[in-house]
Amino acid sequence: MDRPKPEELKKIAKEVRKDVLRMLAEAGSGHTSGSLSCVDIIVTLYYYKLQYDPKNMKWADRDRFVLSKGHTCPPLYAVLGRRGFFPCGELMNLRKRGSILQGHASLLTPGCEASTGSLGQGLSIANGIALAGRLDKRDYRVYCLIGDGEQDEGQIWEAAMTSAHYKIDNLCLIVDYNRQQIDGWTSDVMNLEPIKDKWAAFGWNVIEINGHDFKELMDAFDKAELVKGKPSVIIAHTVKGKGVSFIEKNSVAYHGTAIKKADLDKALKEIEEGD
Amino acid sequence: MSELKATRDGFGEALVELGKTNDNVIVLSADLTASTRANWFRDKYPERFVDFGVAEQDMISTAAGFALCGKIPFACTFGIFASGRAWDQIRVSVCYMNLNVKIAGTHGGISVGPDGASHQALEEVTLMRVLPNMTVIVPCDSEEARRATLAAASHPGPVYLRLGREPFPVITEYKGPFKIGEAVVLRDGTDLSIVANGIMVHEALKAHDELKKQGIAARVINLPTVKPMDKEKIIKAATQTGAIVTAEEHTVVGGMGSAVAEVLSENYPVPVKMVGMKDRFGESGDALELMKYFGLTCEGIVKSALEVLKLKK
Repeated sequence: MDRPKPEELKKIAKEVRKDVLRMLAEAGSGHTSGSLSCVDIIVTLYYYKLQYDPKNMKWADRDRFVLSKGHTCPPLYAVLGRRGFFPCGELMNLRKRGSILQGHASLLTPGCEASTGSLGQGLSIANGIALAGRLDKRDYRVYCLIGDGEQDEGQIWEAAMTSAHYKIDNLCLIVDYNRQQIDGWTSDVMNLEPIKDKWAAFGWNVIEINGHDFKELMDAFDKAELVKGKPSVIIAHTVKGKGVSFIEKNSVAYHGTAIKKADLDKALKEIEEGD
Repeated sequence: MSELKATRDGFGEALVELGKTNDNVIVLSADLTASTRANWFRDKYPERFVDFGVAEQDMISTAAGFALCGKIPFACTFGIFASGRAWDQIRVSVCYMNLNVKIAGTHGGISVGPDGASHQALEEVTLMRVLPNMTVIVPCDSEEARRATLAAASHPGPVYLRLGREPFPVITEYKGPFKIGEAVVLRDGTDLSIVANGIMVHEALKAHDELKKQGIAARVINLPTVKPMDKEKIIKAATQTGAIVTAEEHTVVGGMGSAVAEVLSENYPVPVKMVGMKDRFGESGDALELMKYFGLTCEGIVKSALEVLKLKK
């Protein structure tokens, strides 16, 4: 894919944030602040990095994206809709009975590569997809997004050892490091630091970036692709609730809560007028 | 005396056969590679083998990733670590996505013996059969295990194979491919039916002979596939014989006996007695000694048969 200008991605991300807020307000439940923190990461993947074809979804050589933090599926759904995997009209059916858009990421959604929701499993799934690609001599790459609190799960570190042990270099992991989880600040609930050292000690190539800077995001994905013989992890520093001041300020409360319909216009206006 | 062979051996042989015939078959292991017989496949097809170390949860979700790409992974470890330790991974990564992952849990049952309660898996059938999309198979001998493994590879969707460590008599012969979901009547009878699986099938056959001496004609049904259940044969057994004894080397709480009772209570209720582990942990000891101690024997089945006949109207 041609490298877009960061401003172009920023413009798309604004639209996706608005989709996410509208979807959650309509659904009346869901995970607002963690969805907003990872929008820019997902937009960069689907508008710059990933090779795929919505007209041929099962194309064997496509790059894969596994959303391990399955509760923040709204930005993935919004991007998949915008990229043509299904009509955008479906977005307003999030979390409704019979919808292709389940409350946590699922295979029911065209373009979604794995069902997740029970935290900690996505990196292992991504390893399996990457190893299968190696076995079949395919050159696709696999991307996986985990939450920061998700690193509390022991399985993440089991999988981290597997990725390094088998030198899975067609894999790139992204940590949405917004520093908060449902019970509060990660430093209070379960300290993750020194997180960079942890990943390095597990044998990973570590890249640390501002997860809302599109140039840094594109550069990081490109750099990760060049590293051979070990997996790469991008620690993306993000802001939980990014783009809406009253959600940023109450981001823990908005972890598992949808934005209210009454607050929607205010939030959309902030996104529209924001940086 | 028939040949003594463990069901894990039949499984290991089938993996090697599959290695030859199906390039998509891969084998995953969680450090117990020789114990599960996965080493037989590893030694022939090392490029299609992945060891995870002692990390069952990672193994199961990684198997899901392989299956998403069209591979047929067989994930192998001890039954309790597969079904218990990695249950949530089996639930979400495998069954929810209805993926083509095969899980082989060896060292099932009390016959694990001296290792004691921590390693004696008595709960796998219960844990696995509650999961939507899952198929659960408990082969009665190594030959049936071999055929069931081959069948599992050609069956789309998740399959759990419950296998044992100890060598027990081989009582079945090759009579065509294993049919998932099919119960097999091994002895006919009209007074009651004994429904058994795993190594309890051998005990059920002995119980048949013992009951015959007392003038009681017991039908013996081998029920290797607990899920999906061969309801037709089970209901037929109830209508034709009017009483059922189930026999499993497993807890009676939610196991094969419970599954049979569920089918009967909804379709044709008759008295049922369950032979199995009675809601308790095992303990160390010699395999046969433990089987006897916990009543998982011909004598235990005969006792239950006489009891169930008293309940029969």
